[in-house]
Amino acid sequence: MSRLDSPRYTFIFATVMCVVCAALVSVAAVSLAPRQKANARLYMEKNVLVAAGLVAPGQNVGLGDVERVFQSDIKVRLVDFATGKLVPEGERNARDYDQRAARSDPAASREAPANDAGIKRVANRGVVYFVMKDGKVDQMVISVEGLGMWGTIYGFLALDKDAVTVRGITYYDHRETPGLGGEIGNPAWQAMWKGRRGYDDRGNARITVIKGQAGPPETDPLSVDGLSGATITSNAVTRLMRFWLSEDGYGRFLNRFRERKEVL
Amino acid sequence: MSAISPATGAFGKRERAALLDPILTNNPIGVQVLGICSALAVTTRIDKALVMGAGVILVTMLANLAVSLVRNHTPGSIRIIVQLAIIASLVIVFDQVLKATLYELSLELSVFVGLIITNCIVMGRAEGYAMSNPPGLSLLDGLGNGLGYALVLFLVAFFRELFGAGKVLGFVVLPLAKDGGWYVPNGLMLLAPSGLLLIAGLIWLLRTLKPELQEKD
Repeated sequence: MSRLDSPRYTFIFATVMCVVCAALVSVAAVSLAPRQKANARLYMEKNVLVAAGLVAPGQNVGLGDVERVFQSDIKVRLVDFATGKLVPEGERNARDYDQRAARSDPAASREAPANDAGIKRVANRGVVYFVMKDGKVDQMVISVEGLGMWGTIYGFLALDKDAVTVRGITYYDHRETPGLGGEIGNPAWQAMWKGRRGYDDRGNARITVIKGQAGPPETDPLSVDGLSGATITSNAVTRLMRFWLSEDGYGRFLNRFRERKEVL
Repeated sequence: MSAISPATGAFGKRERAALLDPILTNNPIGVQVLGICSALAVTTRIDKALVMGAGVILVTMLANLAVSLVRNHTPGSIRIIVQLAIIASLVIVFDQVLKATLYELSLELSVFVGLIITNCIVMGRAEGYAMSNPPGLSLLDGLGNGLGYALVLFLVAFFRELFGAGKVLGFVVLPLAKDGGWYVPNGLMLLAPSGLLLIAGLIWLLRTLKPELQEKD
């Protein structure tokens, strides 16, 4: 039996190998973590701006650009979903609030009311990005999510200051089938949402991704073109949009905002 | 090149063969038909294919080098798992670097970067070449095989992006009818089966041009 095949040597070799590999992976993960975190946040905040139409979807924007727009035109605030009231400013930095992390934190979330959007837990507070123009609120961007075909779809919905008209949407993180349901990430389809209305005249969240083509926003404001070959994804989008516009989501706040009970 | 081949002190015939053979005459995808899965999945766009190609080049190169360096000290009974540990570590590091630099692209490549670990090319070269050849040659062999893989990925992605989306590297080449142009894109090109068809076409082309690749029966 050669030296290489003795159990003792094999064991030592395996141990040394594992330690070396583990060290390599750990060093890479730890040293790159701050940049990855910064990238993830930049990507999310960029999508807030895309939903609001301040950045074109494919546009290459850096950390500095996003930071500048956020400093000058965006006010980030938190909403208490249960009461629909804005959380007083200064209680905590709203921009650092992580709604996804809060959702899985038992102290900061609750079980979701019965819904068809596949949402199991909801954070107690939601983030609202107010897009300011000449010192007044021009748009509000809210965060939406729900179960798609293969996983959770995350997006942003930009509403006009009337809290009804859609100004834009983005779905920035999803697992839908590329080419079919994955088309929810297509800027051309997302552009079709512009000008639609989130609520009907009675204030019910009625926006629907229909089968086939919808009319222009002026005559057919509650429908959006469906995605062919992606019925499940289309329905999922309808359900998640309605959920977050309803009283279980941002509905109470949007109502109060419309009645001018919540002002910045 | 003397650093690469200290034994002969020159970039000789063996070195050239190790580097160039896998690019065409012994292409891992075209001739050995390895690494097909990722070639189907990440070839809808050229930029995705290029990043994936770069990942495989780096991983095969460094894995071959590392495996070759420890080949005379590796117990035969655990050699496969040792290779796997080396490859897996390299892939994780590459994935982490990608997330720190090209974040949006890394989201689109999603699981496929991680799946480089199971790419048969990487494992095949480590076991089939690096275990029995010196580090310099193994490095070149890894580079050659990575390049051969990347080349096929690039070609497939070029045709899929061009005919599926009318673009090359994101630039519009064939203006789409729905955007006011004349080209009606071929939706099949964006689905996985087209990757299979294109790769099959490439294999057929390669075998027609080089009849010696065809099996006797």
